[in-house]
Amino acid sequence: MEDICFLPAHVLRERFCRREISAKEIVTVFLERIKQVEPKVRAFLTLCEEEALSQAERLDQALARGEEMGPLAGVPVALKDNLCLSGFPTTCASKILANFYPPYDATVVRRLREAGAIIVGKTNLDEFAMGSSTENSAFHPTTNPWDLSRVPGGSSGGSAAAVAAGEVPVALGSDTGGSIRQPAAFCGVVGLKPTYGRVSRYGLVAFASSLDQIGPITRCVEDCALVLQVIAGHDPRDATSIPGEIPDYRSSLASDLKGMRIGIPSEYLGEGVAPEIGAVVGEVAAKLTDLGAQVDYTSLPHTRYALPAYYLVATAEASSNLARYDGVRYGLRVPAEEAKDSMALTRKEGFGPEVKRRIMLGTYALSAGYYEAYYLKALKVRTLIKRDFDKAFAHFDCLLTPTTPTPAFRMGEKLADPLAMYFSDICTLAVNLAGLPAISVPAGKVGHLPVGVQFIAPPLREDKLFQVAYALEQVVGFPSWRPPLEVIA
Amino acid sequence: MLSRSEVEHVAALARLELSEEEKELFAQQLREIIEYVNILQELPTDDVPPLVHVVPLKNVWREDEVEEHLEVEEVLSRAPDREERFFRVSRVV
Repeated sequence: MEDICFLPAHVLRERFCRREISAKEIVTVFLERIKQVEPKVRAFLTLCEEEALSQAERLDQALARGEEMGPLAGVPVALKDNLCLSGFPTTCASKILANFYPPYDATVVRRLREAGAIIVGKTNLDEFAMGSSTENSAFHPTTNPWDLSRVPGGSSGGSAAAVAAGEVPVALGSDTGGSIRQPAAFCGVVGLKPTYGRVSRYGLVAFASSLDQIGPITRCVEDCALVLQVIAGHDPRDATSIPGEIPDYRSSLASDLKGMRIGIPSEYLGEGVAPEIGAVVGEVAAKLTDLGAQVDYTSLPHTRYALPAYYLVATAEASSNLARYDGVRYGLRVPAEEAKDSMALTRKEGFGPEVKRRIMLGTYALSAGYYEAYYLKALKVRTLIKRDFDKAFAHFDCLLTPTTPTPAFRMGEKLADPLAMYFSDICTLAVNLAGLPAISVPAGKVGHLPVGVQFIAPPLREDKLFQVAYALEQVVGFPSWRPPLEVIA
Repeated sequence: MLSRSEVEHVAALARLELSEEEKELFAQQLREIIEYVNILQELPTDDVPPLVHVVPLKNVWREDEVEEHLEVEEVLSRAPDREERFFRVSRVV
């Protein structure tokens, strides 16, 4: 059973289409695996067992009738619980949405279904995707399958842990400042943040609208390319989604990198980045050189300003987006004599500490007298950060950095110190500010913990990311890694 | 930098009721965070335009035609309180 649970999605689909295994068998095996490991991992908030089984039966019947099968036919998929799936709660791991059932599907959900994917459940996250450890969930924390005393990262920690533990081959996450890439790195799996606008955000509960992007978490690069192929593309329901054709991403998977120019921004190996992480980046650079790439150091001089600019832009947008949770149209309501008291009490009761802290910071940064000094200043610095990348991409096809400054940290370690928690995203934030695509791929281990490296490409050049990540995968061999989860059969 | 009365003012703007402990904690934590983000002030940015959005899309319009939309009943059924086809709230004025 373990064997099936750790098969890549594209192999599962192939076996299903060749009728070697039925969709119902696939779903049954994965649901069984979920039951076995969930007491330890706790990656899920909701399971859709009956729906998944009946969807599988429909697929089996369609295949028997000789219908054409989609690119994800028979593949079990988990969704981060800030993506709308009608018929099931979408909680954002918040008490304020604990009983919210969205009346529609997110565009990515519709596209997954049309491709034949089977949605098996909704995964845990930091409340409203605000956090880096999944400890900010109002319901329960998720553990790192590689070491149950450590965090899986966040905010898409449930999605990354579920994929790492063999509970699903594919999960979707959302990434505002690293929330796909950082947990993917901590859990030893692949995570992609696409170019801003590549994937429709319709049906993704908004955190910071100019930074948010949905992306896949998988155990191999080919699956990542396959899933992006399915979810990418223009959507009239998201005015920021980019029109135009989507390239065939799987055709960019190649095992040599001849002529590729890769830059390592030296700022990403400086203060705050653990020496062991720097060593892994060095090993990766050597491997890429062996594969034919030309690797050189470069500079992104405004890197140290990315974190402060990010926390002003992201919290300002969040404070505005979260104004909708007023207890009027949906979600929790704490009644009071007057409407404005009801709103303030609803928000007191419904939001957790990190969400309140960010609403406060964002409201402050936007308030009269501070707007120019904080929010406007941060937007100008955002321009400087984007220009750094533009200059680097004049010389390089992609950039190589660590994904995280350290391997997965211990549960509780950073909970009392918000700034220390924010620093765990220091390698990923600038990418969101500049709207670029970036992928995290497992590159090695520090002790028993997996470590990831990040590749960053110019806008809409996800193909470059797949090319380099796939080549690296061939020499690192991470898809065969298994976390040491002892399962009682 | 961030006094308790400022914290109360910001909380009121955000329609957020805070406990006494939260006011205390946030005053201290926000002070630390703001102190940290102040390193942005050392960058000269007078000639730098703000970047609001990375996608060069402008004025995304569509034809003004009625399209499929959610059923009113579907939407209202999620409200904490309602009356006929309206959301019902407590006294406003």
